Amino acid sequence: MPEIVLHNGSIKQDDWVVVPRPEEGESLNVPDQKALIPADLWLAGYERYAGRADIGVWLDSHQEPESLGDKVNELPVIAVNFPKFTDGRGYSIARILRERLGFENELRAIGDVLLDQLQFMKRCGFNSYALRPDKDIQKAAKCLGFFTQGYQAATDTDTPLFRRRAG
Amino acid sequence: MYVYDEHDRQIAAERVAQFRDQTDRALAGELAEEEFLPLRLQNGLYVQRLAPMLRIAVPYGMMRSNQLRRLARISRDYDKGYAHFTTRQNVQLNWPNLEDVPDILAELAEVEMHANQTSGNCIRNTTTDQFAGVQDDEIADPRPYCEIIRQWSTFHPEFAFLPRKFKVAVNASEKTDRAAIQVHDIGLQIVRNEAGDLGFRVHVGGGLGRTPMVAPVIREFLPELDLLTYLEAVLRVYNRYGRRDNKFKARIKILVKALTPAGFADKVEAEWAHIKDSPTKLTRDAIDRIKSYFTEPSYVSLENASDLLAKQRFENRAFDQWLSHNVDTHKKPGYSIVNLTIKETGTPPGDVTDRQMEQIADLADEYSFGEIRVTHQQNVVLADVRQDRLFELWQAIVPMGFGTANLNTLTDVICCPGGDYCALANAKSIPVAEAIQRRFDDLDYLYDLGNIDLNISGCMNACGHHHVGNIGVLGVDKKGEEFYQISLGGSSHHDASIGKILGPSFAREAMPDVIAKIIDVYVGRRTEEETFLDTYRRIGIDPFKESVYA
Ligand code: HEM
Ligand code: SF4
Repeated sequence: MPEIVLHNGSIKQDDWVVVPRPEEGESLNVPDQKALIPADLWLAGYERYAGRADIGVWLDSHQEPESLGDKVNELPVIAVNFPKFTDGRGYSIARILRERLGFENELRAIGDVLLDQLQFMKRCGFNSYALRPDKDIQKAAKCLGFFTQGYQAATDTDTPLFRRRAG
Repeated sequence: MYVYDEHDRQIAAERVAQFRDQTDRALAGELAEEEFLPLRLQNGLYVQRLAPMLRIAVPYGMMRSNQLRRLARISRDYDKGYAHFTTRQNVQLNWPNLEDVPDILAELAEVEMHANQTSGNCIRNTTTDQFAGVQDDEIADPRPYCEIIRQWSTFHPEFAFLPRKFKVAVNASEKTDRAAIQVHDIGLQIVRNEAGDLGFRVHVGGGLGRTPMVAPVIREFLPELDLLTYLEAVLRVYNRYGRRDNKFKARIKILVKALTPAGFADKVEAEWAHIKDSPTKLTRDAIDRIKSYFTEPSYVSLENASDLLAKQRFENRAFDQWLSHNVDTHKKPGYSIVNLTIKETGTPPGDVTDRQMEQIADLADEYSFGEIRVTHQQNVVLADVRQDRLFELWQAIVPMGFGTANLNTLTDVICCPGGDYCALANAKSIPVAEAIQRRFDDLDYLYDLGNIDLNISGCMNACGHHHVGNIGVLGVDKKGEEFYQISLGGSSHHDASIGKILGPSFAREAMPDVIAKIIDVYVGRRTEEETFLDTYRRIGIDPFKESVYA
């Protein structure tokens, strides 16, 4: 089973599987295990999926987290896909989920997740990372921890440095 | 000037360690070239035509003499002994070795310098007026706001992978704009509203490059304390909705155009409503704290040295010319602002040797409280020179090559490195600048022509700001040969406008003649008080066309 990194740098087995968007004309095939399904399909099948601890969702980088609205905390896991590590939309999505929609459960980065982006992901509210498989997961803790502080307020701290300096 | 505290020092040190680790992993093959690329770009490191190029940040163009001395030493120890002042108020090294870059960054950090976010698709170095704080026509000193933006944008976790690079500029003068704010992604004009409160007029969506645009105003008045939350809202809208499918359409100007300025402003307001009162909202305290770094140097109480200067001018015509052209008025009696032009004919605009950097540092210590400013016209400013020492300063700088009294004239060319250094160039630009400087070598004639911005870029990326030159020159490639296209009527000031293309391009040899013909039309048609731009705006492009293509 693949492994994921948690925001404190520890590594654990990953028991979630990401279910891809079905092709045109096909229907969603939810496996018999913990599954992350496309967020819009979760909403479309809300009656069926709501409240299930084994179903989470994933959002693609062009999708609107706002669509999940006040239902976010019914989800055990929300994953955000980085189709390409240079596509930075996922960072804004994460902050909106955490800071605007108040999402409290696991927020996971999936897709083209590389080591040097982990620190930004962490600050934007991700707390688990499915690193791209060819990357050395043992280096994740170090890369998460290069900076002991940041200038800005973000999801990890609501005191920007200018407020801390004042104190 | 801003001085690091223990937090800034720690962040800077952590950054150097991080980049060292990234470079090690890249050299060990653990990072693919395309994965390392944005990381090194965010550390100012390009891979160029001849070697890597390192762009070092000079926040809002200000440096202390010890920092410039360190740059001199770095350029000597790690490079070929010279560097380049850029139109973004930064400094570039043209030939460092990749392996040395972490060491260079460590050396920079020792003097509170860095190369953070000088390239790449992130928020770049914020620029401002090189005369900030020393002229009396500004509404407030823009530098504290630039520093506030610098801190907020440094390693901003949400905005390190934007659709494209992002540039912010701040201007504070009502009369003029030396920061070209309307051709930036965000241009902030410091204003006061009717109640007398300080704030910003916000322009969004300007820029040069392939699709040049003057930025529309999207908010007439943004209260001072809301600066960062509003910027965050603009950036978030851009990050989420800016185009990512096509690099040439990825700038915010394209988004603003697609949504219309009003539509874009609505989206920003909606976003801002959610975060307006978040902890990112500035506090009076925070602003005052930053402002305390930009207090006045220890000026002595002086009278204007009018009589002395009049006498010196009378005795020395060259000094008189320099004083008229390269020296500006200062808000403090008895002081002046001195512009050192780095535009001696035959040296590429903006290029400085290690020795010259040390000379400038010495001059700053001796004459200007140890402080130096880089201008977007690729010159250097000593902002606080006593008038009774101007003559002595002038005598010192002439042999150094900084005394060319041509500021803002036709030969004070803005010029990108072009084909001599840049891998993207379609044509060389430095030799064109030089040929024009040689042709117009008579200072009296230049003075008679008045202010003319001549800007040259080697390709449509527009590093030389050709679109906003009163006369713009753009290098183009035609079947592997270098040609030059002319545009007229651009301006980067409060009356910002994009120049209009004159017509078919010219061979390099023809350039001085073409410029001369354009100038002749101006001289023939101007009325007494008109600048080149005034005349152009009155008579339009046709008379120039007719003469040049006759
Ligand atoms: C030598 C290597 C350089 C490279 C590879 C390079 C690359 C680029 C590129 C690709 C753009 C286009 C951005 C766009 O699409 O808007 C650009 C724009 C620009 N660059 Fe450079 N550049 C270089 C040097 C310089 C230098 C030396 C300066 C200053 C003298 C400079 C200042 C600028 C400015 C002001 C723009 C205008 C962008 C805008 O406002 O839209 N660059 N550069
Ligand atoms: S304008 Fe073109 S040629 Fe000149 S520095 Fe920029 S990218 Fe290079």
